Amino acid sequence: MKAFTYQRADSATQAAAAAVKPGAKIIAGGTNLLDLMKLQVETPSNLVDINRLPLDKIEETPDGGLRIGALVRNSDLAADPRVRERYGVLSRALLAGASAQLRNKATTGGNLLQRTRCYYFYDITKPCNKRSPGSGCAALAGFNRIHAILGTSEHCIATHPSDMAVAMQALDAKVETVNREGESKLIPIAEFYRLPGNTPEIETSLKPGEIITAVTLPPPPPGVQVYRKVRDRASYAFALVSVAAIVDSTRGQVRSARLAFGGLAHRPWRVAQAEHRLVNAPANTTTFNSAADAVLEGARGFGGNDFKMPLTRRTLHSVLAEMTRT
Amino acid sequence: MDDEHESNTGPDTPNTFEVTRRTMIETGTTALLLTTLPRAAFAASPVEGNEPPPPVVKVELRINGRPHSLTLDPRTTLLDALREHLALTGSKKGCDHGQCGACTVLIEGRRINSCLTLAVMHDGQSVTTIEGLAEGEKLHPLQTAFVEHDGFQCGYCTSGQICSAIGMLAEARSGMPSYVTEDLTKSAAALTDAEIRERMSGNICRCAAYPNIVAAIKQGAGMPT
Repeated sequence: MKAFTYQRADSATQAAAAAVKPGAKIIAGGTNLLDLMKLQVETPSNLVDINRLPLDKIEETPDGGLRIGALVRNSDLAADPRVRERYGVLSRALLAGASAQLRNKATTGGNLLQRTRCYYFYDITKPCNKRSPGSGCAALAGFNRIHAILGTSEHCIATHPSDMAVAMQALDAKVETVNREGESKLIPIAEFYRLPGNTPEIETSLKPGEIITAVTLPPPPPGVQVYRKVRDRASYAFALVSVAAIVDSTRGQVRSARLAFGGLAHRPWRVAQAEHRLVNAPANTTTFNSAADAVLEGARGFGGNDFKMPLTRRTLHSVLAEMTRT
Repeated sequence: MDDEHESNTGPDTPNTFEVTRRTMIETGTTALLLTTLPRAAFAASPVEGNEPPPPVVKVELRINGRPHSLTLDPRTTLLDALREHLALTGSKKGCDHGQCGACTVLIEGRRINSCLTLAVMHDGQSVTTIEGLAEGEKLHPLQTAFVEHDGFQCGYCTSGQICSAIGMLAEARSGMPSYVTEDLTKSAAALTDAEIRERMSGNICRCAAYPNIVAAIKQGAGMPT
């Protein structure tokens, strides 16, 4: 690890003021940041510890939703009775991620901001435009089994690794932030993550020094909620493909549907057209295929990850069939 | 490392290395026994290259019921603080990246990977390690169960497995669901073998003693095995 100075923040605005300085980095759970610091992928010169800030509550909102503090640990969020009852897809996604030890430490804000697990991003001897802009992308012609098939650019084909964020995408969550002036902002999660484009090192719409203070969930939409994760091991592995689905159907007819995918792109992937094709359609193979076509529109494999296209189709099929079974 | 050094000791080099190494080992061993020696005498330095070390930080930890005051490089992980500064080597360093679980300890009763957290982040908190489980000569029921069920072969993952199992059983008692829990709305899931396996997936056993580990955990939890 490179040397750094350590400070504890007394307030979110103070943390934001400290974090705006070059070389500063916020630490919460630290399970991803410290991992990256040990490998010198991240080399902050100042660590700002926000663990003592009072951002660890889950509160009801007036509209019937929930406000989840940025420091709520993944395990506490997954176990919260309100989340289990009303946002099962979120609880399931959290429980599908990492290990129990990591979930006890990892936070809501930190989970949103975790970095890709692209092998080449982690290997500082290899080119990576995300880690070292302009150095190239070793994954394009390298081992790219775990990489993106949607929204890629010639500069980066990394995926976002979070399960939690995929569920939050399906739930239309908003990310609440504060800056050093104390100004608060709500960013719809659909606008929070960016595609790699020419600047894969910029992953979110957060401005320098802008700190996540909470995530808000609107009241849950009607229907059944499912999180299906396909991975190389039965537990404790990142998704090859995952689907967060919220589907309302009756007697073999879909009334409404929301679908978000993990493991496919630089951000959780949601396609409005795929959801439209399910609405008021019979729950059958033709409908599911049509939705899968919409999800995979523009998909492109890089050799090692070509399998993700049929895997996405089959996973979606399986999930929709299960959810609409009469 | 040692082999490399020894092969570099050519005929023209005064053969002092062996003596030096032996002296160092003796010093190291003694230091482990004499807690009055300055910690820095045997602490592994996290400083790399020629960088000046960062300002030290003071950390108070309550470990296995006893208070400890440490002065640390802020880079010191909780695991290194335990092993290198307090000679509590029961917690093991396997992967050092949160993937194997050998370093699992309990902070305020919750299991975490001690390799993926800084000691300074836990200033003022209570840590329980494998060394804090037995009461004198009386082993913790899970320790006994691991012995009785051969819940290990090489034993390297065992302290992490046992600390993790203690945390896991507390989580299950408090109603924490898991990925394999069928009904999330039920307050507590029965600890089936599948539940135990899923909840313990953060602890890897390269000897693959998993069936025996599951049996040991069931016994430790007072369940029929």
